[in-house]
Amino acid sequence: MKILVCITNVPDTTAKISFTDNNTKLNKAGVQYIIGPYDDYALARAVELKEQQGGSITVLNVGEAESDPQIRKALAIGADDAVRVNAEPTDSYFTATQIAAIAKEGGYDLILMGRESIDFNSGVVHGLVGEMLGIPSFSPVMKLDIEGSTAKFAREIEGGKEFLEAPLPLVLGCQEPIAEWKIPNMRGIMTARTKPLKVVEPVAVGDMATLDQYTLPAPKGACKMIPADQAETLISLLKTEAKVL
Amino acid sequence: MVLIFVELDNGSIKKTSLEAVAYGAAVAKASGTTATALAIGTADATELAKAGAYGATKVLHANAAELANENAMAYASVLAAAVKNENAEVVILPKSGLCDAMGARTAAKLGASIVSGVTELPDVSNGFKVTRSIYTGKAFATVDVKGSVKILGIKKNAIEAVEGTGSATVEAFTPALNNGDFVAKVTGQEKASGELSLTEADIIVSGGRGMKGPDNWQPLLDLASALGAATGCSKPVSDLDWRPHHEHIGQTGIKVAPNLYIACGISGAIQHLAGVNSSKVIVAINKDPEAPFFKAADYGIVGDVFDILPRLTKAVKDAK
Repeated sequence: MKILVCITNVPDTTAKISFTDNNTKLNKAGVQYIIGPYDDYALARAVELKEQQGGSITVLNVGEAESDPQIRKALAIGADDAVRVNAEPTDSYFTATQIAAIAKEGGYDLILMGRESIDFNSGVVHGLVGEMLGIPSFSPVMKLDIEGSTAKFAREIEGGKEFLEAPLPLVLGCQEPIAEWKIPNMRGIMTARTKPLKVVEPVAVGDMATLDQYTLPAPKGACKMIPADQAETLISLLKTEAKVL
Repeated sequence: MVLIFVELDNGSIKKTSLEAVAYGAAVAKASGTTATALAIGTADATELAKAGAYGATKVLHANAAELANENAMAYASVLAAAVKNENAEVVILPKSGLCDAMGARTAAKLGASIVSGVTELPDVSNGFKVTRSIYTGKAFATVDVKGSVKILGIKKNAIEAVEGTGSATVEAFTPALNNGDFVAKVTGQEKASGELSLTEADIIVSGGRGMKGPDNWQPLLDLASALGAATGCSKPVSDLDWRPHHEHIGQTGIKVAPNLYIACGISGAIQHLAGVNSSKVIVAINKDPEAPFFKAADYGIVGDVFDILPRLTKAVKDAK
């Protein structure tokens, strides 16, 4: 089974977000980058499926050279080779077009990615890729097994979960608890250095949505503390002051 | 023309979809055009006509038997057909798992721009610019949407939906269905019945490890019931199986944007705050005065949740 796992290179969840260049660029100073947390789940399940059934895992990132450490980490966790599309992702459509172009060439049985990136939080790339490839796509998938050429999986729905079966190939946006995150071991880290990382140039995509400017939310006012022995006053404050009851 | 997808829940239009209609109607008005809604699934015409009170002039209703399940691929085919049929230039969807999936596939079918997480009405004075939430609510980006068809996924509370007196005609819409959209089989479903949806709820009462165990949830449920609120929980609580995973709110769970979020015994880890920072008003109740939640909250009470929750429930009931 050939699996393509798409990973994002995103600021750590705890990173303080600020902007430079007249609020048109993220201030990367002091920001720690990580593999997107949801992508980590997709990668972990891919590694488990490969261990069970054999096959190969290619990891794909749309990003510039600064993504390479995260790609090497994915190789250390268990991917066999990697492709980086050498471009800064501009919007979901651009990213999906790049993924679809690589996927078409590779003939993958399964294309896994996180349900969303934690920078732009769009949650639409898996659907775009599925439609661009003319194959089914589902998200957010929290359980996945492969039996022959059929995927049996569960996805979260409002208030519960739904169980499905679909023929391969397909695209899945993943989330916990599909697998436990994997930490690279020393052998993985050593072998990752020698695994192939191919850098390709992006295919052309027309401008679909271009960034104008970033802004930060208005600063939060101080928390109004209510003494515990007067807890009941909270309800009247929520009614008369905050006007949310 | 602006086309708005309205999501149904047991035959009723969801509240977030009425917001989407109001949003679409406002976009249509600014652009000097009209707003049409599209509903897929079983609902009666009286319910669908409600979209008229929020600014739609027409509701297209696709209700083939094959569309009984919320199949995002089939829904996307219906939406794309409606966009072509109505010559829609702007498509509005509420932000939800179903809408993200169908919006994405529709965008790829039509070669349309898609922008998700939109928080405000667009600026159409010079191009078509929308502001969207990014970095899990820690920032916003204004983007210039360039496609000839623009698909927007809007966040809850992007607009206040005020019910007016307008009316909409309801028309059957029967596009040809594509067999390829039905290759997946739904083999089962586990769904809590009668629960208020976290993404729809105006008030959420949520519990963390401070609730001390799965058997101690009743005081929280009582407050939620008195307030007509949905209930949520932090990640450790769902990891420990105290509460089901679909109640998990946070960076890796559900992101919510209610008018009021009450956090009970949740310390306020950054991953949890990322899931609630779009709430209008946040209340934190925690016995630890140093809990980070107090920095993110509008109102705070330092104290024992098991003492405070029943008193709040009584105060809510007394105030009714």
